[in-house]
Amino acid sequence: MGISNYQMSSVISLLPEVGLLVLAGVVLTMDVLLKDDRKHLIAVTTAVGSLLIILAALMYSQPSGDLIWGGMVRDDMLAFVFRLAFIFAGGITAMFSIGSKELAHRGDYYAIMLGAVIGMCFMASAADLIMLYLAIETTGIAGYLLAGYVRTDDRSAEAGLKYFLFGAATSAVMLYGFSLLYGLTGETNLGAIAPILASGTVSVSAICAIVVLILVGVGFKIAIVPFHFWAPDVYEGAPSPVTGFISTASKTAGFAVLLRVFIYGLAASEYWLPAMAGLAAVTMTFGNLVALAQTNIKRLLAYSSVAHAGYVLVAFVAYSELGVASAIFYLIAYVVTNLAAFGVVIVFAHTAGTDDIQQYAGMSRRSPYLALAMLVAFLSLAGMPPLAGFFAKFYVFAAAVKADMIWLAFVGVLNAIVGLYYYLVVLKVVYVSPAPDGVGSIDIPATCKIALVVLSLGIILIGTASSPWFNWAMKAAQDLF
Amino acid sequence: MIPLAWYLTFAAALFCLGLYAVLARQNAVAILMGIELMLNAVIVNLIAFWRYNEPENVSGQAFAIIVFAVAAAEAAVGLALIISIYRRRETVMAEEIDMMKW
Repeated sequence: MGISNYQMSSVISLLPEVGLLVLAGVVLTMDVLLKDDRKHLIAVTTAVGSLLIILAALMYSQPSGDLIWGGMVRDDMLAFVFRLAFIFAGGITAMFSIGSKELAHRGDYYAIMLGAVIGMCFMASAADLIMLYLAIETTGIAGYLLAGYVRTDDRSAEAGLKYFLFGAATSAVMLYGFSLLYGLTGETNLGAIAPILASGTVSVSAICAIVVLILVGVGFKIAIVPFHFWAPDVYEGAPSPVTGFISTASKTAGFAVLLRVFIYGLAASEYWLPAMAGLAAVTMTFGNLVALAQTNIKRLLAYSSVAHAGYVLVAFVAYSELGVASAIFYLIAYVVTNLAAFGVVIVFAHTAGTDDIQQYAGMSRRSPYLALAMLVAFLSLAGMPPLAGFFAKFYVFAAAVKADMIWLAFVGVLNAIVGLYYYLVVLKVVYVSPAPDGVGSIDIPATCKIALVVLSLGIILIGTASSPWFNWAMKAAQDLF
Repeated sequence: MIPLAWYLTFAAALFCLGLYAVLARQNAVAILMGIELMLNAVIVNLIAFWRYNEPENVSGQAFAIIVFAVAAAEAAVGLALIISIYRRRETVMAEEIDMMKW
Protein backbone atom coordinates (compact mmCIF):
# COMPACT_ATOMS: atom_id res chain seq x y z
CA MET A 1 0.00 0.00 0.00
CA GLY A 2 2.60 2.53 -1.04
CA ILE A 3 2.00 6.07 -2.10
CA SER A 4 1.40 6.19 -5.81
CA ASN A 5 1.49 9.46 -7.68
CA TYR A 6 -0.73 10.68 -10.52
CA GLN A 7 -1.86 7.54 -12.27
CA MET A 8 -5.05 7.21 -14.22
CA SER A 9 -6.44 5.00 -11.45
CA SER A 10 -6.08 7.80 -8.90
CA VAL A 11 -8.12 10.09 -11.14
CA ILE A 12 -10.81 7.44 -11.55
CA SER A 13 -11.06 6.86 -7.83
CA LEU A 14 -12.02 10.52 -7.48
CA LEU A 15 -14.78 10.06 -10.05
CA PRO A 16 -17.61 10.78 -7.58
CA GLU A 17 -16.08 14.09 -6.48
CA VAL A 18 -15.36 15.13 -10.07
CA GLY A 19 -18.93 14.20 -10.98
CA LEU A 20 -20.33 16.27 -8.13
CA LEU A 21 -18.26 19.28 -9.20
CA VAL A 22 -19.52 18.98 -12.79
CA LEU A 23 -23.06 18.58 -11.49
CA ALA A 24 -22.71 21.76 -9.40
CA GLY A 25 -21.59 23.61 -12.53
CA VAL A 26 -24.54 22.24 -14.51
CA VAL A 27 -26.94 23.26 -11.76
CA LEU A 28 -25.59 26.82 -11.65
CA THR A 29 -25.83 27.10 -15.45
CA MET A 30 -29.42 25.86 -15.37
CA ASP A 31 -30.22 28.50 -12.75
CA VAL A 32 -29.17 31.19 -15.22
CA LEU A 33 -30.71 29.71 -18.36
CA LEU A 34 -34.06 28.28 -17.20
CA LYS A 35 -37.25 30.32 -16.98
CA ASP A 36 -38.85 30.64 -13.55
CA ASP A 37 -41.65 28.15 -14.19
CA ARG A 38 -39.19 25.39 -15.09
CA LYS A 39 -36.75 25.86 -12.22
CA HIS A 40 -38.01 22.73 -10.44
CA LEU A 41 -35.92 20.86 -13.03
CA ILE A 42 -32.82 21.98 -11.11
CA ALA A 43 -33.74 19.79 -8.14
CA VAL A 44 -34.59 16.89 -10.45
CA THR A 45 -31.22 17.28 -12.18
CA THR A 46 -29.41 17.26 -8.84
CA ALA A 47 -31.19 14.08 -7.77
CA VAL A 48 -30.76 12.26 -11.09
CA GLY A 49 -27.14 13.38 -11.28
CA SER A 50 -26.46 12.05 -7.79
CA LEU A 51 -27.99 8.71 -8.76
CA LEU A 52 -25.84 8.52 -11.90
CA ILE A 53 -22.73 9.35 -9.86
CA ILE A 54 -23.53 6.55 -7.41
CA LEU A 55 -23.99 4.07 -10.28
CA ALA A 56 -20.79 5.23 -11.99
CA ALA A 57 -18.86 4.95 -8.74
CA LEU A 58 -20.13 1.41 -8.18
CA MET A 59 -19.10 0.44 -11.69
CA TYR A 60 -15.79 2.21 -12.16
CA SER A 61 -14.23 3.39 -8.88
CA GLN A 62 -14.08 0.33 -6.70
CA PRO A 63 -11.57 1.13 -3.95
CA SER A 64 -7.98 -0.07 -4.29
CA GLY A 65 -6.91 0.52 -0.68
CA ASP A 66 -3.99 2.73 -1.73
CA LEU A 67 -2.90 6.11 -0.54
CA ILE A 68 -3.26 8.32 -3.60
CA TRP A 69 -2.60 11.92 -4.57
CA GLY A 70 0.65 12.09 -2.64
CA GLY A 71 -0.87 10.53 0.47
CA MET A 72 -3.70 13.06 0.76
CA VAL A 73 -6.49 10.57 0.17
CA ARG A 74 -6.89 6.93 1.15
CA ASP A 75 -8.97 5.11 -1.41
CA ASP A 76 -10.38 2.36 0.79
CA MET A 77 -13.69 0.64 1.40
CA LEU A 78 -14.44 2.76 4.46
CA ALA A 79 -14.25 5.95 2.42
CA PHE A 80 -16.19 4.36 -0.44
CA VAL A 81 -19.15 3.31 1.70
CA PHE A 82 -19.39 6.70 3.38
CA ARG A 83 -19.07 8.61 0.11
CA LEU A 84 -21.95 6.69 -1.43
CA ALA A 85 -24.03 7.44 1.66
CA PHE A 86 -23.30 11.19 1.40
CA ILE A 87 -24.13 11.37 -2.30
CA PHE A 88 -27.34 9.44 -1.63
CA ALA A 89 -28.24 11.89 1.16
CA GLY A 90 -27.49 14.84 -1.14
CA GLY A 91 -29.75 13.48 -3.90
CA ILE A 92 -32.61 12.76 -1.49
CA THR A 93 -32.24 16.22 0.08
CA ALA A 94 -32.52 17.80 -3.38
CA MET A 95 -35.80 15.91 -3.93
CA PHE A 96 -37.16 17.05 -0.58
CA SER A 97 -36.12 20.65 -1.26
CA ILE A 98 -38.99 20.88 -3.76
CA GLY A 99 -41.27 20.78 -0.71
CA SER A 100 -39.77 23.99 0.65
CA LYS A 101 -41.01 27.17 -1.03
CA GLU A 102 -37.88 29.21 -0.27
CA LEU A 103 -35.41 26.63 -1.56
CA ALA A 104 -37.17 24.83 -4.40
CA HIS A 105 -36.21 27.16 -7.25
CA ARG A 106 -32.79 28.39 -6.19
CA GLY A 107 -29.93 26.97 -8.25
CA ASP A 108 -27.21 28.36 -5.97
CA TYR A 109 -28.73 26.47 -3.03
CA TYR A 110 -28.28 23.13 -4.83
CA ALA A 111 -24.74 24.09 -5.88
CA ILE A 112 -23.76 24.92 -2.29
CA MET A 113 -25.28 21.64 -1.13
CA LEU A 114 -23.28 19.72 -3.72
CA GLY A 115 -20.19 21.58 -2.47
CA ALA A 116 -20.96 20.35 1.03
CA VAL A 117 -21.27 16.78 -0.32
CA ILE A 118 -17.85 17.09 -1.96
CA GLY A 119 -16.41 18.25 1.36
CA MET A 120 -17.99 15.28 3.15
CA CYS A 121 -16.62 12.84 0.57
CA PHE A 122 -13.13 14.12 1.30
CA MET A 123 -13.76 14.01 5.05
CA ALA A 124 -14.39 10.30 4.67
CA SER A 125 -11.32 9.64 2.52
CA ALA A 126 -8.74 12.16 3.80
CA ALA A 127 -5.63 10.49 5.20
CA ASP A 128 -3.64 13.66 5.84
CA LEU A 129 -4.20 16.40 8.40
CA ILE A 130 -4.06 19.11 5.71
CA MET A 131 -6.65 17.41 3.52
CA LEU A 132 -8.76 16.58 6.55
CA TYR A 133 -8.88 20.20 7.71
CA LEU A 134 -9.68 21.44 4.22
CA ALA A 135 -12.49 18.89 3.86
CA ILE A 136 -13.97 19.68 7.28
CA GLU A 137 -13.99 23.39 6.48
CA THR A 138 -15.47 22.87 3.00
CA THR A 139 -18.33 20.99 4.60
CA GLY A 140 -18.62 23.45 7.47
CA ILE A 141 -18.64 26.67 5.45
CA ALA A 142 -21.18 25.25 2.99
CA GLY A 143 -23.26 24.11 5.97
CA TYR A 144 -23.27 27.60 7.56
CA LEU A 145 -24.48 29.06 4.28
CA LEU A 146 -27.21 26.45 3.92
CA ALA A 147 -28.46 26.91 7.48
CA GLY A 148 -28.67 30.70 7.02
CA TYR A 149 -29.86 30.48 3.43
CA VAL A 150 -33.39 31.87 3.85
CA ARG A 151 -32.54 35.50 4.58
CA THR A 152 -36.18 36.54 4.85
CA ASP A 153 -36.66 34.24 7.83
CA ASP A 154 -35.35 35.45 11.20
CA ARG A 155 -34.94 31.91 12.47
CA SER A 156 -32.87 30.77 9.52
CA ALA A 157 -30.54 33.78 9.81
CA GLU A 158 -30.13 33.10 13.52
CA ALA A 159 -29.49 29.39 12.88
CA GLY A 160 -26.84 30.25 10.30
CA LEU A 161 -25.03 32.63 12.65
CA LYS A 162 -25.13 30.22 15.60
CA TYR A 163 -23.94 27.33 13.47
CA PHE A 164 -21.13 29.49 12.15
CA LEU A 165 -19.91 30.79 15.52
CA PHE A 166 -19.93 27.36 17.16
CA GLY A 167 -18.49 25.65 14.09
CA ALA A 168 -15.68 28.11 13.45
CA ALA A 169 -14.63 28.24 17.12
CA THR A 170 -14.60 24.46 17.59
CA SER A 171 -12.78 23.86 14.31
CA ALA A 172 -10.12 26.39 15.37
CA VAL A 173 -9.61 24.44 18.61
CA MET A 174 -9.36 21.20 16.63
CA LEU A 175 -6.87 22.82 14.26
CA TYR A 176 -4.70 23.79 17.22
CA GLY A 177 -4.67 20.10 18.10
CA PHE A 178 -3.67 19.27 14.52
CA SER A 179 -0.78 21.76 14.69
CA LEU A 180 0.51 20.16 17.90
CA LEU A 181 0.14 16.70 16.39
CA TYR A 182 2.16 17.84 13.37
CA GLY A 183 4.75 19.52 15.57
CA LEU A 184 5.30 16.59 17.91
CA THR A 185 5.45 13.92 15.22
CA GLY A 186 6.85 15.95 12.30
CA GLU A 187 4.31 14.32 9.99
CA THR A 188 0.94 15.33 8.59
CA ASN A 189 -0.02 11.93 7.21
CA LEU A 190 -2.20 9.91 9.59
CA GLY A 191 -0.61 6.66 8.45
CA ALA A 192 2.86 8.02 9.29
CA ILE A 193 1.74 9.55 12.59
CA ALA A 194 0.44 6.26 14.02
CA PRO A 195 3.80 4.42 14.23
CA ILE A 196 5.53 7.48 15.70
CA LEU A 197 2.94 7.70 18.47
CA ALA A 198 3.23 3.94 18.99
CA SER A 199 7.00 4.18 19.44
CA GLY A 200 6.47 6.19 22.64
CA THR A 201 8.59 9.24 21.76
CA VAL A 202 5.64 11.55 22.39
CA SER A 203 4.57 11.88 26.03
CA VAL A 204 1.20 10.53 27.10
CA SER A 205 0.05 13.87 28.49
CA ALA A 206 0.73 15.58 25.17
CA ILE A 207 -1.26 12.92 23.32
CA CYS A 208 -4.14 13.33 25.77
CA ALA A 209 -4.14 17.11 25.24
CA ILE A 210 -4.20 16.60 21.47
CA VAL A 211 -7.03 14.07 21.77
CA VAL A 212 -9.11 16.55 23.79
CA LEU A 213 -8.48 19.39 21.31
CA ILE A 214 -9.39 17.25 18.30
CA LEU A 215 -12.42 15.83 20.09
CA VAL A 216 -13.82 19.37 20.49
CA GLY A 217 -13.95 19.81 16.71
CA VAL A 218 -15.19 16.32 15.91
CA GLY A 219 -17.64 16.41 18.83
CA PHE A 220 -19.21 19.52 17.36
CA LYS A 221 -19.71 17.82 14.00
CA ILE A 222 -21.32 14.73 15.50
CA ALA A 223 -23.18 16.77 18.17
CA ILE A 224 -22.29 14.81 21.30
CA VAL A 225 -22.65 16.19 24.82
CA PRO A 226 -21.08 18.66 25.78
CA PHE A 227 -20.68 20.05 22.25
CA HIS A 228 -24.34 19.74 21.28
CA PHE A 229 -25.60 23.23 22.26
CA TRP A 230 -25.88 24.38 18.68
CA ALA A 231 -27.87 21.38 17.48
CA PRO A 232 -31.42 22.12 18.71
CA ASP A 233 -31.32 25.79 17.68
CA VAL A 234 -29.77 25.15 14.28
CA TYR A 235 -32.07 22.20 13.58
CA GLU A 236 -35.13 24.27 14.46
CA GLY A 237 -34.10 27.42 12.61
CA ALA A 238 -32.54 26.04 9.44
CA PRO A 239 -34.85 25.21 6.51
CA SER A 240 -36.09 21.63 7.04
CA PRO A 241 -34.33 20.01 4.05
CA VAL A 242 -31.07 21.52 5.29
CA THR A 243 -31.78 20.25 8.80
CA GLY A 244 -32.30 16.77 7.43
CA PHE A 245 -29.06 17.04 5.48
CA ILE A 246 -27.02 18.38 8.43
CA SER A 247 -28.43 15.87 10.89
CA THR A 248 -27.65 12.88 8.67
CA ALA A 249 -24.83 13.51 6.19
CA SER A 250 -22.85 16.02 8.23
CA LYS A 251 -23.07 13.92 11.37
CA THR A 252 -22.04 10.78 9.49
CA ALA A 253 -19.09 12.66 7.97
CA GLY A 254 -18.04 13.67 11.49
CA PHE A 255 -18.10 10.02 12.51
CA ALA A 256 -16.05 9.08 9.45
CA VAL A 257 -13.41 11.54 10.68
CA LEU A 258 -13.68 10.20 14.22
CA LEU A 259 -13.06 6.63 13.02
CA ARG A 260 -10.25 7.63 10.69
CA VAL A 261 -8.38 9.90 13.10
CA PHE A 262 -8.85 8.01 16.33
CA ILE A 263 -8.47 4.44 15.11
CA TYR A 264 -6.21 4.80 12.06
CA GLY A 265 -4.18 7.83 13.17
CA LEU A 266 -4.02 7.67 16.97
CA ALA A 267 -4.18 3.89 17.10
CA ALA A 268 -1.57 3.48 19.81
CA SER A 269 -3.22 5.72 22.35
CA GLU A 270 -6.14 4.00 24.00
CA TYR A 271 -6.08 6.00 27.22
CA TRP A 272 -9.13 7.96 26.19
CA LEU A 273 -11.46 4.98 25.72
CA PRO A 274 -12.95 5.03 29.25
CA ALA A 275 -13.61 8.77 28.94
CA MET A 276 -15.30 8.18 25.57
CA ALA A 277 -17.45 5.45 27.11
CA GLY A 278 -18.58 7.99 29.71
CA LEU A 279 -19.32 10.53 26.97
CA ALA A 280 -21.36 7.92 25.11
CA ALA A 281 -23.48 7.16 28.18
CA VAL A 282 -24.03 10.85 28.99
CA THR A 283 -24.84 11.71 25.37
CA MET A 284 -27.45 8.95 25.02
CA THR A 285 -29.10 9.73 28.34
CA PHE A 286 -29.12 13.51 27.94
CA GLY A 287 -30.42 13.40 24.36
CA ASN A 288 -33.26 11.05 25.20
CA LEU A 289 -34.34 12.72 28.43
CA VAL A 290 -34.45 16.23 26.97
CA ALA A 291 -36.24 14.94 23.86
CA LEU A 292 -39.11 13.88 26.15
CA ALA A 293 -39.96 17.53 26.87
CA GLN A 294 -40.02 18.87 23.30
CA THR A 295 -43.10 20.26 21.57
CA ASN A 296 -41.49 21.12 18.24
CA ILE A 297 -40.88 18.13 15.98
CA LYS A 298 -37.56 19.47 14.66
CA ARG A 299 -36.23 20.06 18.18
CA LEU A 300 -37.42 16.57 19.13
CA LEU A 301 -35.50 15.11 16.21
CA ALA A 302 -32.50 17.27 17.16
CA TYR A 303 -32.30 15.79 20.65
CA SER A 304 -33.04 12.33 19.27
CA SER A 305 -30.11 12.75 16.88
CA VAL A 306 -27.89 13.69 19.83
CA ALA A 307 -28.97 10.41 21.43
CA HIS A 308 -28.24 8.51 18.22
CA ALA A 309 -24.71 9.94 18.18
CA GLY A 310 -24.37 8.42 21.65
CA TYR A 311 -25.36 4.95 20.36
CA VAL A 312 -22.74 5.17 17.61
CA LEU A 313 -20.15 6.19 20.19
CA VAL A 314 -20.95 2.99 22.08
CA ALA A 315 -19.96 1.03 19.00
CA PHE A 316 -16.84 3.17 18.66
CA VAL A 317 -15.61 2.56 22.21
CA ALA A 318 -16.04 -1.18 21.70
CA TYR A 319 -12.89 -0.53 19.61
CA SER A 320 -12.94 -3.68 17.54
CA GLU A 321 -13.65 -4.66 13.97
CA LEU A 322 -17.14 -5.64 14.99
CA GLY A 323 -17.56 -2.32 16.77
CA VAL A 324 -16.52 -0.24 13.78
CA ALA A 325 -18.63 -2.35 11.44
CA SER A 326 -21.67 -1.90 13.66
CA ALA A 327 -20.98 1.86 13.84
CA ILE A 328 -20.92 2.04 10.03
CA PHE A 329 -24.06 -0.06 9.76
CA TYR A 330 -25.78 2.12 12.35
CA LEU A 331 -24.81 5.28 10.46
CA ILE A 332 -26.15 3.94 7.14
CA ALA A 333 -29.41 2.90 8.78
CA TYR A 334 -29.58 6.26 10.55
CA VAL A 335 -29.01 8.28 7.35
CA VAL A 336 -31.87 6.49 5.57
CA THR A 337 -34.21 6.57 8.57
CA ASN A 338 -33.65 10.15 9.68
CA LEU A 339 -33.91 11.45 6.11
CA ALA A 340 -37.32 9.78 5.93
CA ALA A 341 -38.35 11.38 9.24
CA PHE A 342 -37.32 14.83 8.03
CA GLY A 343 -39.00 14.15 4.68
CA VAL A 344 -42.29 13.72 6.52
CA VAL A 345 -41.65 16.93 8.48
CA ILE A 346 -40.94 18.83 5.24
CA VAL A 347 -44.04 17.53 3.46
CA PHE A 348 -46.25 18.24 6.47
CA ALA A 349 -44.91 21.79 6.86
CA HIS A 350 -45.40 22.32 3.10
CA THR A 351 -49.18 22.10 3.63
CA ALA A 352 -49.67 22.91 7.29
CA GLY A 353 -46.91 25.51 7.66
CA THR A 354 -45.94 24.42 11.18
CA ASP A 355 -43.57 22.10 13.03
CA ASP A 356 -45.64 21.94 16.22
CA ILE A 357 -46.21 18.32 17.27
CA GLN A 358 -49.80 19.03 18.39
CA GLN A 359 -50.65 20.13 14.84
CA TYR A 360 -49.84 16.62 13.64
CA ALA A 361 -53.07 15.44 15.29
CA GLY A 362 -55.08 13.21 13.01
CA MET A 363 -52.50 13.22 10.25
CA SER A 364 -53.29 9.56 9.51
CA ARG A 365 -56.75 10.63 8.27
CA ARG A 366 -55.42 13.59 6.31
CA SER A 367 -52.84 11.51 4.46
CA PRO A 368 -52.63 7.80 5.29
CA TYR A 369 -49.52 7.26 3.17
CA LEU A 370 -47.57 10.10 4.74
CA ALA A 371 -48.55 8.75 8.17
CA LEU A 372 -47.36 5.31 7.09
CA ALA A 373 -43.98 6.71 6.05
CA MET A 374 -43.75 8.44 9.43
CA LEU A 375 -44.66 5.19 11.21
CA VAL A 376 -41.88 3.31 9.43
CA ALA A 377 -39.32 6.06 10.05
CA PHE A 378 -40.15 6.62 13.72
CA LEU A 379 -40.38 2.91 14.57
CA SER A 380 -37.00 2.44 12.92
CA LEU A 381 -35.58 5.34 14.94
CA ALA A 382 -37.04 3.73 18.04
CA GLY A 383 -35.39 0.43 17.11
CA MET A 384 -38.38 -1.83 16.42
CA PRO A 385 -37.86 -5.07 14.48
CA PRO A 386 -37.81 -5.79 11.59
CA LEU A 387 -36.77 -2.28 10.58
CA ALA A 388 -33.24 -0.99 9.98
CA GLY A 389 -32.97 0.74 13.37
CA PHE A 390 -33.49 -2.50 15.28
CA PHE A 391 -30.61 -4.39 13.69
CA ALA A 392 -28.41 -1.30 13.93
CA LYS A 393 -28.95 -1.11 17.69
CA PHE A 394 -28.66 -4.88 18.00
CA TYR A 395 -25.21 -4.94 16.38
CA VAL A 396 -24.04 -1.93 18.41
CA PHE A 397 -25.02 -3.46 21.73
CA ALA A 398 -23.63 -6.85 20.68
CA ALA A 399 -20.29 -5.20 19.95
CA ALA A 400 -20.33 -3.48 23.35
CA VAL A 401 -21.08 -6.74 25.16
CA LYS A 402 -18.36 -8.55 23.24
CA ALA A 403 -15.87 -5.86 24.28
CA ASP A 404 -16.80 -6.44 27.94
CA MET A 405 -18.65 -3.16 28.22
CA ILE A 406 -21.83 -4.68 29.55
CA TRP A 407 -22.74 -1.65 31.66
CA LEU A 408 -22.62 0.54 28.57
CA ALA A 409 -24.84 -1.83 26.60
CA PHE A 410 -27.22 -1.82 29.56
CA VAL A 411 -27.36 1.99 29.62
CA GLY A 412 -27.97 1.87 25.86
CA VAL A 413 -30.88 -0.54 26.16
CA LEU A 414 -32.50 1.56 28.92
CA ASN A 415 -32.10 4.59 26.67
CA ALA A 416 -33.69 2.77 23.76
CA ILE A 417 -36.77 2.28 25.94
CA VAL A 418 -36.94 5.99 26.79
CA GLY A 419 -36.55 6.71 23.07
CA LEU A 420 -39.36 4.32 22.20
CA TYR A 421 -41.65 6.28 24.52
CA TYR A 422 -41.30 9.68 22.90
CA TYR A 423 -41.39 8.34 19.36
CA LEU A 424 -44.63 6.50 20.23
CA VAL A 425 -46.10 9.67 21.77
CA VAL A 426 -45.67 11.42 18.40
CA LEU A 427 -47.18 8.45 16.57
CA LYS A 428 -50.10 8.49 19.01
CA VAL A 429 -50.78 12.12 18.09
CA VAL A 430 -50.63 11.18 14.42
CA TYR A 431 -52.83 8.08 14.61
CA VAL A 432 -55.13 8.45 17.62
CA SER A 433 -55.79 12.15 18.25
CA PRO A 434 -58.66 13.58 16.19
CA ALA A 435 -57.82 16.01 13.42
CA PRO A 436 -58.76 19.62 14.10
CA ASP A 437 -61.83 20.86 12.20
CA GLY A 438 -61.46 22.41 8.80
CA VAL A 439 -58.14 20.91 7.74
CA GLY A 440 -57.95 19.14 4.42
CA SER A 441 -55.77 16.41 3.02
CA ILE A 442 -52.02 16.89 2.74
CA ASP A 443 -50.55 17.55 -0.67
CA ILE A 444 -47.31 15.63 -1.32
CA PRO A 445 -45.10 16.96 -4.15
CA ALA A 446 -44.19 14.23 -6.64
CA THR A 447 -40.43 14.23 -5.98
CA CYS A 448 -41.03 14.05 -2.22
CA LYS A 449 -43.35 11.10 -2.82
CA ILE A 450 -40.67 9.22 -4.75
CA ALA A 451 -38.04 10.03 -2.12
CA LEU A 452 -40.27 8.86 0.73
CA VAL A 453 -41.06 5.59 -1.06
CA VAL A 454 -37.35 4.98 -1.71
CA LEU A 455 -36.43 5.71 1.91
CA SER A 456 -39.25 3.63 3.40
CA LEU A 457 -38.32 0.67 1.21
CA GLY A 458 -34.69 1.24 2.17
CA ILE A 459 -35.53 1.12 5.88
CA ILE A 460 -37.40 -2.16 5.44
CA LEU A 461 -34.75 -3.62 3.12
CA ILE A 462 -31.82 -2.76 5.40
CA GLY A 463 -33.79 -4.29 8.26
CA THR A 464 -35.10 -7.50 6.71
CA ALA A 465 -32.02 -8.24 4.58
CA SER A 466 -29.34 -6.82 6.83
CA SER A 467 -26.54 -9.31 6.18
CA PRO A 468 -25.26 -7.98 2.81
CA TRP A 469 -25.21 -4.45 4.27
CA PHE A 470 -23.44 -5.63 7.37
CA ASN A 471 -20.87 -7.56 5.31
CA TRP A 472 -20.21 -4.35 3.45
CA ALA A 473 -19.71 -2.51 6.74
CA MET A 474 -17.48 -5.32 7.97
CA LYS A 475 -15.30 -5.02 4.86
CA ALA A 476 -15.03 -1.28 5.44
CA ALA A 477 -14.10 -1.80 9.08
CA GLN A 478 -11.27 -4.14 8.16
CA ASP A 479 -9.51 -1.24 6.43
CA LEU A 480 -8.89 0.44 9.77
CA PHE A 481 -7.27 -2.43 11.63
CA MET B 1 18.55 31.70 17.61
CA ILE B 2 15.32 32.12 19.56
CA PRO B 3 14.33 28.74 21.04
CA LEU B 4 11.25 26.93 19.69
CA ALA B 5 9.57 27.04 23.09
CA TRP B 6 9.26 30.83 22.92
CA TYR B 7 7.25 30.63 19.71
CA LEU B 8 5.07 27.90 21.13
CA THR B 9 4.42 29.90 24.29
CA PHE B 10 3.57 32.94 22.20
CA ALA B 11 1.18 30.87 20.08
CA ALA B 12 -0.43 29.33 23.15
CA ALA B 13 -0.96 32.79 24.68
CA LEU B 14 -2.46 34.05 21.42
CA PHE B 15 -4.73 31.01 21.27
CA CYS B 16 -5.93 31.52 24.84
CA LEU B 17 -6.62 35.21 24.13
CA GLY B 18 -8.70 34.23 21.13
CA LEU B 19 -10.54 31.55 23.09
CA TYR B 20 -11.25 34.06 25.85
CA ALA B 21 -12.70 36.48 23.29
CA VAL B 22 -14.90 33.74 21.84
CA LEU B 23 -16.23 32.71 25.26
CA ALA B 24 -16.54 36.13 26.92
CA ARG B 25 -17.50 38.64 24.23
CA GLN B 26 -21.11 39.32 23.31
CA ASN B 27 -20.59 41.06 19.99
CA ALA B 28 -20.63 38.60 17.07
CA VAL B 29 -17.92 40.57 15.26
CA ALA B 30 -15.70 40.42 18.35
CA ILE B 31 -16.27 36.64 18.55
CA LEU B 32 -15.25 36.37 14.90
CA MET B 33 -12.07 38.32 15.69
CA GLY B 34 -11.37 35.91 18.54
CA ILE B 35 -11.68 32.98 16.12
CA GLU B 36 -9.22 34.70 13.78
CA LEU B 37 -6.75 35.08 16.67
CA MET B 38 -7.02 31.34 17.37
CA LEU B 39 -6.30 30.57 13.72
CA ASN B 40 -3.31 32.93 13.78
CA ALA B 41 -1.97 31.08 16.80
CA VAL B 42 -2.21 27.86 14.80
CA ILE B 43 -0.29 29.41 11.91
CA VAL B 44 2.50 30.58 14.24
CA ASN B 45 2.64 27.04 15.65
CA LEU B 46 2.81 25.43 12.23
CA ILE B 47 5.52 27.71 10.90
CA ALA B 48 7.62 27.41 14.07
CA PHE B 49 7.39 23.61 14.03
CA TRP B 50 8.20 23.53 10.33
CA ARG B 51 11.28 25.75 10.75
CA TYR B 52 12.66 23.93 13.78
CA ASN B 53 11.77 20.30 12.99
CA GLU B 54 12.71 19.62 9.39
CA PRO B 55 12.73 22.65 7.08
CA GLU B 56 13.27 20.49 3.98
CA ASN B 57 9.80 18.94 4.43
CA VAL B 58 7.39 21.66 3.32
CA SER B 59 4.16 20.12 4.59
CA GLY B 60 4.07 22.55 7.53
CA GLN B 61 4.26 25.51 5.17
CA ALA B 62 1.59 24.04 2.92
CA PHE B 63 -0.61 23.51 5.98
CA ALA B 64 -0.15 27.16 7.03
CA ILE B 65 -1.11 28.44 3.57
CA ILE B 66 -4.23 26.27 3.54
CA VAL B 67 -5.15 27.56 7.00
CA PHE B 68 -5.07 31.19 6.05
CA ALA B 69 -6.92 30.58 2.81
CA VAL B 70 -9.65 28.82 4.80
CA ALA B 71 -9.60 31.57 7.45
CA ALA B 72 -10.30 34.15 4.74
CA ALA B 73 -13.22 32.13 3.38
CA GLU B 74 -14.56 31.65 6.87
CA ALA B 75 -14.36 35.38 7.66
CA ALA B 76 -16.20 36.19 4.43
CA VAL B 77 -19.03 33.77 5.19
CA GLY B 78 -19.15 34.82 8.84
CA LEU B 79 -19.41 38.52 8.05
CA ALA B 80 -22.10 37.78 5.44
CA LEU B 81 -24.14 35.91 8.06
CA ILE B 82 -23.63 38.74 10.57
CA ILE B 83 -24.81 41.31 8.02
CA SER B 84 -27.80 39.13 7.19
CA ILE B 85 -28.87 39.00 10.83
CA TYR B 86 -28.13 42.71 11.37
CA ARG B 87 -30.50 43.62 8.56
CA ARG B 88 -33.31 41.62 10.16
CA ARG B 89 -32.77 42.47 13.81
CA GLU B 90 -30.60 45.60 13.97
CA THR B 91 -28.28 43.88 16.45
CA VAL B 92 -25.15 41.75 16.48
CA MET B 93 -25.14 41.06 20.23
CA ALA B 94 -25.22 37.34 20.96
CA GLU B 95 -27.54 37.66 23.96
CA GLU B 96 -30.19 39.45 21.88
CA ILE B 97 -30.13 36.80 19.16
CA ASP B 98 -32.26 34.39 21.12
CA MET B 99 -35.46 33.53 19.27
CA MET B 100 -34.90 29.84 19.86
CA LYS B 101 -34.45 28.47 23.34
CA TRP B 102 -35.72 25.41 25.06
